[in-house]
Formats: sequence, structure tokens, C-alpha cells
Amino acid sequence: MAKHILEMRDITKTFPGVKALANVNLDVEYGHVHAICGENGAGKSTLMKVLSGVYPHGTYDGDIIFEGQPVEFKDIRDSEKSGIVIIHQELALSPYLSVAENIFLGNERSHRGFIDWDATNLEASKLLARVGLKMSPLTKAGDIGVGRQQLVEIAKALSKDVRLLILDEPTAALNDEDSEHLLGLVRELRDEGITCIIISHKLNEIRAIADVVTIIRDGRTIESLSLDEGEVSEDRIIKGMVGRDLEHRYPHRVPAIGEEVLRVEDWTVHHPDEHSRVVIDGVNLSVRAGEIVGIAGLMGAGRTELAMSIFGRSYGTNITGTVYKNGLPISTRTVSEAIGHGIAYATEDRKKYGLNLIEDIKRNISAAALGKLAKKGWVDGDQEVIVAEKFRRSMNIKAPSVTSVTGKLSGGNQQKVVLSKWMFSDPDVLILDEPTRGIDVGAKYEIYTIINKLAAEGKAIIVISSELPEILGICDRIYTLAEGAITGEVSIAEANPEILMQHMTKDKD
Amino acid sequence: MVTTLKDATSFLTSRLRQIGIFVALLVIVGFFQILTAGALLQPENVSNIVVQNSYILLLAIGMVMVIIAGHIDLSVGSVAAFVGAMSGVMIQDWGFPWWLALGASLVVGALVGAWQGFWIAYVGIPAFIVTLAGMLIFRGLTQIVLENQRITGFPEEYRQLGGGFLFPGLFPPETNIFDWTTVGLGLLAVVLLAAQQLRSRKSRSRLGLDEEPKAWFATKLAFGIVMILGVTYLLGSSRGGTPIVLVVLGALIVIYSAVMNRSVFGRHIYARGGNLHAAELSGVKTKKIDFYLFVNMGALSALAGLVFTGRLNSAGPGAGNLFELDAIAAAFIGGAAVTGGIGTVVGAITGGLIMGVLNNGMSLMGVGTDYQQFIKGMVLLLAVAFDVFNKRRVAGTSKPRRDRGLGRGGSAKPLQDQGHALAATDTEGDKSDGAAGGGEPVQQGGRQT
Repeated sequence: MAKHILEMRDITKTFPGVKALANVNLDVEYGHVHAICGENGAGKSTLMKVLSGVYPHGTYDGDIIFEGQPVEFKDIRDSEKSGIVIIHQELALSPYLSVAENIFLGNERSHRGFIDWDATNLEASKLLARVGLKMSPLTKAGDIGVGRQQLVEIAKALSKDVRLLILDEPTAALNDEDSEHLLGLVRELRDEGITCIIISHKLNEIRAIADVVTIIRDGRTIESLSLDEGEVSEDRIIKGMVGRDLEHRYPHRVPAIGEEVLRVEDWTVHHPDEHSRVVIDGVNLSVRAGEIVGIAGLMGAGRTELAMSIFGRSYGTNITGTVYKNGLPISTRTVSEAIGHGIAYATEDRKKYGLNLIEDIKRNISAAALGKLAKKGWVDGDQEVIVAEKFRRSMNIKAPSVTSVTGKLSGGNQQKVVLSKWMFSDPDVLILDEPTRGIDVGAKYEIYTIINKLAAEGKAIIVISSELPEILGICDRIYTLAEGAITGEVSIAEANPEILMQHMTKDKD
Repeated sequence: MVTTLKDATSFLTSRLRQIGIFVALLVIVGFFQILTAGALLQPENVSNIVVQNSYILLLAIGMVMVIIAGHIDLSVGSVAAFVGAMSGVMIQDWGFPWWLALGASLVVGALVGAWQGFWIAYVGIPAFIVTLAGMLIFRGLTQIVLENQRITGFPEEYRQLGGGFLFPGLFPPETNIFDWTTVGLGLLAVVLLAAQQLRSRKSRSRLGLDEEPKAWFATKLAFGIVMILGVTYLLGSSRGGTPIVLVVLGALIVIYSAVMNRSVFGRHIYARGGNLHAAELSGVKTKKIDFYLFVNMGALSALAGLVFTGRLNSAGPGAGNLFELDAIAAAFIGGAAVTGGIGTVVGAITGGLIMGVLNNGMSLMGVGTDYQQFIKGMVLLLAVAFDVFNKRRVAGTSKPRRDRGLGRGGSAKPLQDQGHALAATDTEGDKSDGAAGGGEPVQQGGRQT
């Protein structure tokens, strides 16, 4: 029998303008738990999507050899037929269906087109027992917690005769007890002969469970470390994840830092649906005029939730805490209040939250401060064009005219429109959430230059980013966030990737 | 030569969406003009088409605004009937003078709109449900108020709104070739149109915006002028002259077009319909927008109800049946997008006229209502299909792509967006899913049995 259940050879995957994977190799041995590690955006999820057929054969280069046979998956069903099942970090259970119905969704136990409910529920109970869940298969999936939902997902995978189970960030949303249980289950499955690939940010977990860890960085495989033999420390893994050249990717800047502009005290936010779950836990932070402050945190740390809850309570319920502007407490209950107090928030997801994609550039730029262009409720269209044209030139938005539709612009240019919108609202504090996500290197440099210019004008800037090099390249001071709490505050002089990663992977207590 | 021809063709196709609807109206008018042997464009018939469709057109103005915001209103027919009935009660039972009844009826319409707007904007029930309920509620109230009987015998002044003409008898047809009031109004409209077009062209060129070729601009303007003069000629030589409701309608079209294009309120409607989240995060008070949209729709429904009642001189329990579907069809034929964010008042009016001409032409030809329904349905379907194909062609995609992702994030995006979208998703940060939790209303009844 071959040693490897899976070999991925020279996998290359490009998106327009972005090379997501470049000659990635991955070997997974039979009966191993194989961890894949890397920063956000390193290409882990893309690699798993290639493997599971989300990106069908032909849309990538390279070969996949599964159980000794070269495979060419057309879609997810295809890969599942071969025994590869992926469980995404965002669970895909239907909340209104029972657990049993969910387990056999798309794979129903049926007889001549009619569901055999007895078989469904009986088999579901067996599967549930196998993953250690003591509950009725008739329970609605929406009525059980995230931890149990994760186990139901695994039961669903087991119903499909899984040979290779892929878990993408399985414990990101789980508490310690549930995580422990899940990892225990993964161990049991391994002993039963099910090979497992696990993507995780939690290094202690990886060390506890994985046999081999492969590190991916910038779409390339950096190294595979065997955890069986010899000591591989967390620091060693971190070094592999972050070690890259930071020179020349960030424009030079001499900070001129003034008075404190914004301070947030004791900021606590609860989940909008699960009201008892604390998402942001007693956060304190401040930012001064001309200062660029970074917020670094891993997936699920609550970075966007923090920013959006401050910006007009756009996220969360039961929010407590105080926001101070220039030393005085202010109310930011609605977005227009927040904008009125000179706060701007440029979202991480510009397509979903930032832009009206079917509308043109000028109307997007004026959207947050239309009042500045209007007299008695009537918009001065000429003035709007003049303003938009000014931004198109100064921000170097590459479009034939300000009447071009934003949906057709490239990611970098869309981001410039979003930034123009908020610059036109003339804020004192700019919160930039993943300002360079999904845009190419050249455009990133331009965005950094704009951020520097804004800081030089005396704006207070908060940059949220999952890319440590970016945070280290442009910020003056950095907060680290883990599980909704600030776990560290580091000045740029003392900061390096290892220190930040330690803070970011730290438990909050 | 070849290249200029090519340029011209590509220019024209790029404007197809903009002008297609007008071309379609002209083609349909020409078609029926031939088939009815000239009966369609007889002066009296043109006057008839205007008056017969005026209430649908009034509704279409409000409806397209509602649709641009991403909603729908199924109740307008019932509301129109209810207000018509109320006006009858006010005049006959309560002894209101006609002017007070008209004013009070508009207020009733606005209150009805406020009722529905409250449920939609502040309680968060989808407009489809609220107005479906409203359709039943106000139909029921109409019958209750009328005690299932008809009110007739409205005062002369009241009836002017639906059936009256401007300054009748000032230029009696016996002694004048034209109704000179109508001619004067027509010429005024031509002057205003030309002035407005020239001004906007001048300001565009001053601002350095993409200029239209001169020939194109001239053709467009000439086309508009010819249209106005044609209608002026026909109405001017009709017996009555200008219907009063046409003046009301014309004024409302101009006002609402300006509101949608140039007012902060109108721009917020487009922003809300184009991307609700982005609008909210830009400080747009989307609930307030939704609320006032329905107040406005209620008032316009009331006006439509008054016009209809006035024209028939009767308020009946079955009045306004299916008006909502005609108004909705007008908005969609006129280029409004089902997903919101796209549409124009002028487009909806043109769409309404297409439906009106179809109705009238087929009636003149003696086509039965059975076939009429069938043909109108096909026209609606094809008009929207044309729009969808056209959009897709412009976007450079050939077929809709089914997103194969397992996760919840999977949504069908046009192909061109896939690259960016995926590149963005790949960063696996704490995705918008978590952050969106509060904003996205949970689908009502996700499980259908």
C-alpha cells in the first residue's frame, strides 16, 4: 500500500490579477492528522477548494493523486464520491431542518423517491452516537449550539464514507470544552483509519493533535514539519508563517503625532442573535491625531465586530462602554451620529458593505456626505461631478470618467472609491478595515501612500488587518485582539511578527 | 467609413437600454396604427388613451419608486378603491364640499401609506406581505364603507379631475381648427424641454463629462420635440382639448423625475435599493426612507382613486381591481430592476403607455380580453427578458453561473466578479457572515411545506 493517501503536485491557481497558489505541493500520509498553517490569505482555503472540487479540474494547474490514482474532480459531489469531505468554517446546516434531515441532506435515505424516515432517523442516531452526541435526531439544527453543530457536520461527513476529512478552522467558534471534545473525536477517527487535514490558527491545538504540519505562505509551501520526531516549538511554526521580506513594500513616513482624538473605554458587545455571548470584551483603546494604530487579530478575534459596533452600533446588541472624542463622551448610536462626530468606517467587504455596485463613481463618492452637496434637500449635480473628478485625479482612480459604474472597476480602484467616499465626509477618525484585502501589490502601495497622507493631514487612523507585515509596515502602535479582548499593546519600535503572533494566539485570561 | 459605421453601431447598442423602451412604444403605436387602419391615432382616441390610463400612470410613478427601493406594493388598487369610496361617503353622507373631500381623501391615502410604511420600515415585515395584507384589508374596508353598494352622482367639480378638460368652450371646435390652449401648452413644453436639454448639455461639457456626439443629441432632442408636437396636434384637434388629468400627470412626472434625480431623498432611495448595507453604513436613514416611500405611494394611490372615481362618476366596491398589477408591470417594462436600485419615472410612464396602447389597440381590433391578457403577459415577460439579456451582454457574461460552494456564503455572482470575490474570500478573515448577523433579516419561513 502506498504511503500517501493524497499527493498534490505543483498546484497553481490564479485569479485575475492575483496568483493565489504557486506550485504548491502537499503529501498526506494514511492515518495521519495533517495540519495546514499559514497567515490569513496565505492560500490555505484556496488549496482545499482545489482539492474538494469547488474549483473544478481545469481551472488550476497541477495534479492531484488520491489513493494512488490521479483524480480530476468536477465538483464537490465528485470529490465526495471519492471519499473526500470538507467541513467549512462557516457551517452549512439548515437551521429549520432536523439533525437527521441535515445529515442526509442531498444523500437522502429513500425508497422509490420517498424518504424512508425510519432508516433516516435510525442511521442518524448511530452516527450521532459515533461522534459522541447524545441527542434525538429529530432536534432542529438551529436549536443546538455551534459546538454540537460542528459534530453534526462530522456525522454528516461520516455518513458519506469519508476517507479524507478536511476541517477548516473547526474550533474557531468553539469554547474550550467543545474544542477539546472535537479534537478528541478527530483522534478517534484517526485511529479508525480516517485521515484528517485540519486547518487551524491555534498552534497549541496543532501541537496537541497533528502528526505533520505544512506551512503555506504567499501561496507557496514553505515547509512540512513532522511533529512526531523532535520538538517543534510554536515559535518555530510562527517563524515559518510570517518570515518574509518586508522591505520596499511600504512607503516611508515620518509620523507627527498630536493630541488624543478618540478613546474607547470598557467596550463590551454581545452577539446579535445569541444575546448572552460576549463578542467584544471590555476593550479599551485610543488613537491620536496623525497616528496610525493597528488592530491585529486572527480570524474570529472580533476585529470587524469591534469597529462596526463603535460605528453607529452597526453590529451587536447590548453594547456597553463609552466613546470619547477629544476628551468628551459622545454618542454613536446611529451611523449618521457617528459620521456627524467625524468618524468614518471603510469596510473590509467593499462589495457587500461599501459600495453600491450598480451606481456610478460620483454617486458612490458622495453617498456618505450628500448633505454637503445639497441645499434644502436638492443636490447640486455639477458640484458633485467636480468633487468626484477631484478625487478621481488625486486618488488616481483608473476609470474613463466619474460616471463609470463602480461594479466594473478593479478591486484596487473600488477601494479607492470607498476611501474617497470617506475622505469627502471629512472625518477626524478613519477606521480602515482590511484596506488592502483582495487587491494587487501595486495598488496596495498606492493605498498605503494615501493612508500616510491622511495621517500627515492630522487624521487619526485605525487600521484593522490580518496581514502582520502590513500592520508592521504602516502602523505606529499596535493592539492585538484575541477572543474579543485586547491581549497586548505594542509600539512599533518593539513590535515584530513573533511578538504579535504570540499575543494574537494567547488566551485572554 | 467602416470604422465610423462600426462606432455608430456600437454607440447605438450601448444606448439601446436607454432608448429601447421609447423605440418599443413607437413600434407598437405604428403597428396598431396600421392594423386598426388609422383608428388608433384618431384625436378622440388619443385623448381617450390618456384619460383611460391616467390612474395607472399615476400609480406607476409611486410604484417605480417603491420598486427602486427594493420593495413592492400590492395594495394600490384596493387603496385607490377605498379612498374613492371614502370620498363618496364624505360628500354624500358627511356633506363635505368637493374641495374638502378631495383634500381629505389625499390625507386618508397618506395615512393608509403611513400604516403600511410603519409595518414595513419599523417592524421589518417584508413589503410583499404587508401590502398583500393591505390589498385584502382595504378591499374589505371599501366594501364595508360602501355597504356593498355603489355611490354615484358626484359633484361636477369633483368629476373634472377624471373627465374634465382645460378651459372648455374657450376655443369652441366649431369656430377653431385647434384648441389653442392645448397648442400653447404644447409649445411651452417644447421650449422647456429644449432649454433643459441644452442647459444640461452645456453643464456636462463644462464639467468635462463624456460628451454625446452632437448628432445624437440633436436627434434625441428633435425626437422629443416631434413627439410633443404630435401629441399636441392630436389633442389640439380633438373635441375636448387637454384633459385636466394630463396636466396633473405631466406636472407630477416632472416633479418626481426631479425628486428622483436631484433630491437627497431620491438619491437615498437609489442607494437603499442598490445596496442596503452600504447605504446604512453611509448614514442613510433607510427606515425613514421606507416609511415615507409608502406614505407617498398611499397619497398617489388616493389621487388615482379620485381620478378613477371622478371619471366613472361612481365609487364601487370592485373599483381598482388589478390596478396594482398594471402599475407593477409598467415599472418593470420601463426598465426597473427586480432587485432594486434601477429604474426611472419616465421609464415607468413609458411602460404604462405601452400597456395602455396595447389595451386600446387590441380593443379597437376587437381582440377578446382572453387574448389581451395573454399578449400583455407575454409582453411583460419578453420586456424583462430583453433587459436581462441586454445587461448580461453588456457585462460580458453568457450564462448565469451556479455557485457550487457548500458554504452559506455561496451566492450567484456574475462571472466577472468571481475573481475578485474569491480572492477576497480567500483571506479567510472573520468574514462578513459574523458581522452581518444583525443586519440581514432572517428569511421568513425558510422551510416551505
